Amino acid sequence: MRKRSKIARWALNIYAGMGMFYLFVPILFIVAFSFNKPRGNYNIVWQSFTFDNWLSPFSERSLTAALWVSLRIGAVSTIVSTILGSLIAIALSRYKFRGSEGINLFLVLPLTTPEIVLGSSLATLFLGQNFINFGFVTIVIAHIMFQVSFVALTVRARIRGFDWTLEQAAQDLGASPWRTFWRVTFPLILPGILAAGLLAFALSIDDFIITFFNAGSTVTFPLQIYGAARVRIPPQINVLASMILFASVAILLVGTISGARRQASMLGSRNTK
Amino acid sequence: MNTTLLVPARQRVGRNADRVGLGALIVASTCLVALGAGWVGGAFRPVVVLVLVAVVVGLLVLVAIGGPQARRLLAPYGLLQPGILWLALFFLAPVWSLLRISLSTKPSRFSVDYTFSWAFENYTTAFRDFGKQFEHAFVYAAVATVLTVLIGYPLAYVIAFRGGKYKNILLGLVVIPFFTSYLIRTIAWSTILADRGPTVAILHNVGLVRLFEVLHIMNNGQLLNTPAAVIGGLTYNFLPFMLLPIYVSLEKIDTNLVNAANDLYSSSVRAFRKIVLPLSIPGVFAGTLLTFIPAAGDFVNAQFLGSPNTTMIGNSIQDQFLKQNNYPVASAMAAVLMVSIASLVLIYTRLFGTGDLA
Repeated sequence: MRKRSKIARWALNIYAGMGMFYLFVPILFIVAFSFNKPRGNYNIVWQSFTFDNWLSPFSERSLTAALWVSLRIGAVSTIVSTILGSLIAIALSRYKFRGSEGINLFLVLPLTTPEIVLGSSLATLFLGQNFINFGFVTIVIAHIMFQVSFVALTVRARIRGFDWTLEQAAQDLGASPWRTFWRVTFPLILPGILAAGLLAFALSIDDFIITFFNAGSTVTFPLQIYGAARVRIPPQINVLASMILFASVAILLVGTISGARRQASMLGSRNTK
Repeated sequence: MNTTLLVPARQRVGRNADRVGLGALIVASTCLVALGAGWVGGAFRPVVVLVLVAVVVGLLVLVAIGGPQARRLLAPYGLLQPGILWLALFFLAPVWSLLRISLSTKPSRFSVDYTFSWAFENYTTAFRDFGKQFEHAFVYAAVATVLTVLIGYPLAYVIAFRGGKYKNILLGLVVIPFFTSYLIRTIAWSTILADRGPTVAILHNVGLVRLFEVLHIMNNGQLLNTPAAVIGGLTYNFLPFMLLPIYVSLEKIDTNLVNAANDLYSSSVRAFRKIVLPLSIPGVFAGTLLTFIPAAGDFVNAQFLGSPNTTMIGNSIQDQFLKQNNYPVASAMAAVLMVSIASLVLIYTRLFGTGDLA
């Protein structure tokens, strides 16, 4: 009996391990083929090992230009959507007010609508307004639209346990509401806002379907890859993808470590009291 | 005299400021939808703009003269205003104009003008010509959703209950693959599964090709360009949307409950079925929505991993919209997709209770 449950336990662990491996199959492939020296237009068949691609990651002009466009769109849309979304989140968690349930439902709607519907419907709106040219501005508008809900829900989840009586305390001590917000509330909810901003940025950089419908002749990084995939796949795509991967892993690591440290120091200060 | 009259009025306004705030939010949103979706023609547009400006200015005046109570009641609406108005103009208005175009006709093939004419024939065209694509979208997305549960649940379970101090690292590992671009991941799969790629070669060497043909995973010795490849891609790309909500709900479970069940001589299978599974259902529920909805509307996986015989509704919408410029039929298809997913979500929430999506 004991033995059987032990076997079952290991079987489950192995099954989960295989699941984890499945997640990494294409990633290993992408990183490995960034070191390939391809023959012809497609980087599909393994030829020989080389560092050349890593030494010239930006040699594909159009690819680098597209990445730059994506970064700019991501920066602008993230700033706007993080502000709009955080304001909504603060309203929802700080106040009890008439209509808050309706607002909650309204916020989830864009998330339960398929991207292709969001993208195509926004395009019909722009088509109806004859004076709008598709391009940078329409992409930014589209990205903010789907980021706002994500930011609002993420920030709200992160500040759910926030102790709003701290504001009361600050005001009892004579601080103005404005000062209270910037000196007490804002620093405490900032980590949640930053996390939501990072998520929004990641969503913007990687968005393909909604952008595809609203891009006009502007080419973002995903659109460039989409266009290139039909003609040729240079190994630089793998290099840039690996770089983005490693950079995000680094950010993730720094975030976890500093988060753990902050938690430790907060616990420490609580103990000394 | 004047002040005595003013004070009660001010208090009355102050007490009802929340109604005013909510009303202003609704009126302003409606104005923006009207402007964006083209409810009103030429001459009336300035009127709507005027109403919109009046509402915003009126709110500001109310904040200025309303006193502290009114200000406190109005605060949440002020905070909501910018974001909600953005969504009204760029989410609600577009949905309206999509429905409008889906019932319009265009005078000639290359015309960009549309005339609204209750043209329901766009919908009959959508169903007649693209029924197969609708079917593929829903069947592939449903199978992929089931597969994400089968792969994601055990993995989330092992991380949550057996991860120990490595829990966060394991969870990070799960998320890392999704830091590479969605398109690059999908293209990577297309090279992994390619006819001359590694997977087909391995299957040939192991001798599983025959079995896979029988199971309809392979077709004519091909792994790529099959429904299985498309479903596999969907499963892979949306797995974290299933795994993370399940993990969150498993993580919340008090392990003492399981220990108590074991102390009371419950078998571990029974403890799982009676305690862990019911408590993790909200995670599975949220994951199902978060996986099925994007999967049903996806066209990237079908494009890179499938063949012309495995196209999904997303491919058709994209093709009709961007290549054929046939906006009415494309809009009709998008509208059908939107409405059918909304009703599925509604039925699903009725059956399984309201899931905590956020």
